[in-house]
Amino acid sequence: MVAEQSGEIVKVAGPLVIARGLPDPRMYDLVRVGPSRLMGEIIELRGENASVQVYEETGGLGPGDPVFPTGGALSVELGPGLIESVYDGVQRPLDLIRESEGNFITRGVEMPGLDRAREWEFVPVAAEGDQVEEGDILGTVQETPVVEHRLMVPPGLGGRVESISGGTHRVTDTVAVISTERGDVEVGMFQSWPVRRARPYRDKRSPRRQLVTGQRVIDTLFPLAMGGTACIPGPFGSGKTVVQHAIAKWANADIILFIGCGERGNEMTDVLLEFPELIDPYSGEPLTKRTVLIANTSNMPVAAREASVYTGVTIAEYYRDMGYNVALQADSTSRWAEALREISGRLEEMPGEEGYPAYLGTRLAAFYERAGYATCLGSDKRTGSITVVGSVSPPGGDLSEPVTQATLRVVKVFWGLEDRLAFRRHFPAINWLISYSQYLEEIEKRWSEDINDDFKQMRSEAMSVLQREAELEEIVRLIGVEALSPGERLVMETAKSVREDFLQQNAFDEIDAYSSLRKQYLLLKLVMTFGLEARKALEEGADILEIIRHPLRERIASAKYVREDDLEELEALTGEVVRAMKQVAEGVPGREAVVPDSAAKKERERVEKIFETY
Amino acid sequence: MAIKEYLTVREIVGPLLLVEEVEGAKYGELVEVQFPDGSIGMGNVLEVSTDKVLVQSFEDTRGLSIGSTRIRFKGRAMELPVSRDILGRVFDGLGNPIDGGPEIIPDRRLDINGNPINPYARDYPSDFIQTGVSAIDGLNPLVRGQKLPVFSASGLPHSRLAAQVARQSAVLGREEEFSVVFGAMGITFEEADYFINEFRKTAAIERSVLFMNLANDPAMERIATPRMALTAAEYLAFDLDMHVLVILTDMTYYCEALREVSAARKEVPGRRGYPGYLYTDLATLYERAGRIKGAKGSITQIPILTMPEDDKTHPIPDLTGYITEGQIILSRELHRRAVYPPIDVLPSLSRLKEKGIGEGKTREDHSNLSNQLFSAYARGKEAKELAVILGESALTEEDKQFARFSEEFEEQFIKQGEFENRTIDFTLALGWDLLKLLPRQELKRVKQDQIERYMKQSEE
Ligand SMILES: Nc1ncnc2c1ncn2[C@@H]1O[C@H](COP(=O)(O)OP(=O)(O)OP(=O)(O)O)[C@@H](O)[C@H]1O
Ligand SMILES: [Mg+2]
Repeated sequence: MVAEQSGEIVKVAGPLVIARGLPDPRMYDLVRVGPSRLMGEIIELRGENASVQVYEETGGLGPGDPVFPTGGALSVELGPGLIESVYDGVQRPLDLIRESEGNFITRGVEMPGLDRAREWEFVPVAAEGDQVEEGDILGTVQETPVVEHRLMVPPGLGGRVESISGGTHRVTDTVAVISTERGDVEVGMFQSWPVRRARPYRDKRSPRRQLVTGQRVIDTLFPLAMGGTACIPGPFGSGKTVVQHAIAKWANADIILFIGCGERGNEMTDVLLEFPELIDPYSGEPLTKRTVLIANTSNMPVAAREASVYTGVTIAEYYRDMGYNVALQADSTSRWAEALREISGRLEEMPGEEGYPAYLGTRLAAFYERAGYATCLGSDKRTGSITVVGSVSPPGGDLSEPVTQATLRVVKVFWGLEDRLAFRRHFPAINWLISYSQYLEEIEKRWSEDINDDFKQMRSEAMSVLQREAELEEIVRLIGVEALSPGERLVMETAKSVREDFLQQNAFDEIDAYSSLRKQYLLLKLVMTFGLEARKALEEGADILEIIRHPLRERIASAKYVREDDLEELEALTGEVVRAMKQVAEGVPGREAVVPDSAAKKERERVEKIFETY
Repeated sequence: MAIKEYLTVREIVGPLLLVEEVEGAKYGELVEVQFPDGSIGMGNVLEVSTDKVLVQSFEDTRGLSIGSTRIRFKGRAMELPVSRDILGRVFDGLGNPIDGGPEIIPDRRLDINGNPINPYARDYPSDFIQTGVSAIDGLNPLVRGQKLPVFSASGLPHSRLAAQVARQSAVLGREEEFSVVFGAMGITFEEADYFINEFRKTAAIERSVLFMNLANDPAMERIATPRMALTAAEYLAFDLDMHVLVILTDMTYYCEALREVSAARKEVPGRRGYPGYLYTDLATLYERAGRIKGAKGSITQIPILTMPEDDKTHPIPDLTGYITEGQIILSRELHRRAVYPPIDVLPSLSRLKEKGIGEGKTREDHSNLSNQLFSAYARGKEAKELAVILGESALTEEDKQFARFSEEFEEQFIKQGEFENRTIDFTLALGWDLLKLLPRQELKRVKQDQIERYMKQSEE
């Protein structure tokens, strides 16, 4: 090998290596460590010493081993071929690695993120002689049946298109030459971008459109906006991953970026095997055709885990820049924070709370800040967005721990999962009393146009019923159910119906897995109509038990299994509920005789009060 | 390369040795520590800088002296020699035979740290394993390639349960038998002896490999033991195409050994003194389970841990639960009431359940039935708790039926004999039978036609 100027290892402590003698080392420069040239990144400089976090197992390295500079920062390759890829935390394609290395991941594999051999059909949009600025679209490549890949003028570049060549190209080919103030610049099919630097955009706006996930408790109660941020904290087994997978499957985003960050290998396999089989309800194509997967599982090196979220969000930004709505899921951000903690510990930095570095909060905030709804670079002023949903795995389910707290300070939506609900097999186990969405108001406004005027009303009624239930449950626990008045019992029953017939959603049921917003509305309407009409019947003096045990309730319970094509059945059923409750009321013989006047009045007042919040 | 010997130990702190003026040592390298009395222990390199090396000794450091301890660097990581002949053998926690048999003539020597399975190479676990235990098969089924730990507590019969599962496990419709790899960390001689006898009695010993680190063996050795066991398992599964069941017990002692090293290194502790990297460390063990596309063999893991103070939020069970694919939790209360196996089914979970059961695997009604049993049992237990506070009379008629159901469920469904091997059909029929105690209209999680079909069937 040509005598490259290299440094030399002076210390190895787990994933951290200290090197000396590197020529002009810079922070966050990429280096190659040891004889097998493992990837590493400089994260601290002290005098002559450079601390390097190594993205692979460091076993077998020792003092005296060489460290080679690369001159660049840790970067990802951005170009056609990202979609449908499966990468590790530093963009190495796991499928190709398996082909060349076998079933187990070995060290020192060097492989580019984009396939060099694959050919793409490039269709120019710009023409020779056009004036272009940064972000302008030069041409397109049909990356998958659903994703039109837009090749853009890289940030910082602008000028006159000297030449542009359509036709079949590989990613390494030059497709256009732009003459700029600094001379002619060749633009290829791909650009590299350092992962720790956010890609530029024109300006940010506040998120407004709803990211519909098809999950009822999310979309109706605590909705997320395109370009927004959300977190899902919850103890183990409470359903974080299932929610994340559901969003990846059903969200109305153009591009999905799923980052398995320090979690299970089998969960990645699940996505890999299932997504090609599932059809995207919006495009009719397999879900893989819009998905990029990053899999840095818990047993893979921690430093690469730390990098994985940046690799992911940089790819997301690239598609946002094309004008797409991207949904990014990071499962789990706690594992990323732990990687940060481990490296910080090896650097012997002063620890903050629970050993996490003092900069945990800043790093988390900076990561979530890369989400957003933005006007992109480019003269057409197109818009794009990145929605970020991060799971958080608090030790012992205790939300007061540092990662959860730091996350809650920056995200706008909080879906709090609870093991108590999971034990009762109430899924998704999102606690409706503690969760919130700060996008609710903005999104509700659109419901009246897109769905129905009374959706908003219906939602708030459902929330009050649930709230009342929590209060009444206290009473039941102390005195027993007999202590409740018929009106109160009806509130409990209505709340139960909201929980079981609306909120509970089986992610593994073919039909129930996804509900359109319209279906959500109709289902909620059905459930709430029962509550409302039953209250009227009760006021007419009907027997609470007759209401509770009404046979129609079984059909309300199975209404969630109505197919998207048959939604009129839900409306019909709602009509039946109204009629049935009328019949129940009419069937009451001389109610005055059953309930003495004053008692009836009192009861009515009482019921009224309970439903006041309605 | 000639192996150099060093007499330059400068510090001995707990299990750690600081050696100076060393040349060419590598991170993770295997080290021989020669005691003043001539005996030899093993260790490995935890940290290495230009002239200093931090060595962790697997042997108890009692008897070591600064002046006369000899250190030899082996130029390789710790390895396990493997060949087909490891089957039927008993080794110590570091992989040395202790059954009086011959040394293993190795086919290969494998680095005990292994390499991560490429997520792209994995195949999803989906073959139902019939363990013959209703509380597992019916409600929290084990699937081939799964890692399903048992969260136990001191004094509970986790060993008996693990032995029963190892004895009875079979995949429906197939003849192949599991080989069992058993890794003992810090358990008592009695417990270990129980397992060995169990395996002997059933002749399972011939397809077993045992690694034994007992309570009176060096605590630090425990850090290597599960890696030895898993390396053997990977060899059997992916080189010899066997289906392997790995039992690791007790993970709590393993974690305590890690904590000891971390404390000696004066690392900033995470929760309750356990190192911040405990999650990652455990993951490098538990993730060594699974199936690989195109491979015939598989690794199924049942790690056992005892929860300190019966506390599920203690870092050991907590972090384990965050890595494994579910958990079987044992309950002291059930044990007190003489219910064996005392499986607390509600907080127990098998995350691979949906993929492992149903039509063509077990039976079409399995999933719905188990959901129904779950929710009915949960409701019954709630009713019983209410009755404790408010008295039986505060319950509605229905609640009383549910309360009664939950009692029968514990007595008949959860409770069974230690040597009782129930078929899945028997388990499911038992479930249907118990549901008869409840009003039909309350059975919302099972389908009407399933009620007709299976409830009737069990009436005959
Ligand atoms: N919507 C749902 N429908 C049906 N079952 C669900 C749903 N959500 C969760 N579950 C059940 O809960 C189990 C655990 O869910 P999941 O794996 O998402 O938990 P988690 O919070 O990600 O846990 P960990 O932190 O350990 O990764 C699933 O395997 C499944 O059995
Ligand atoms: Mg998860």
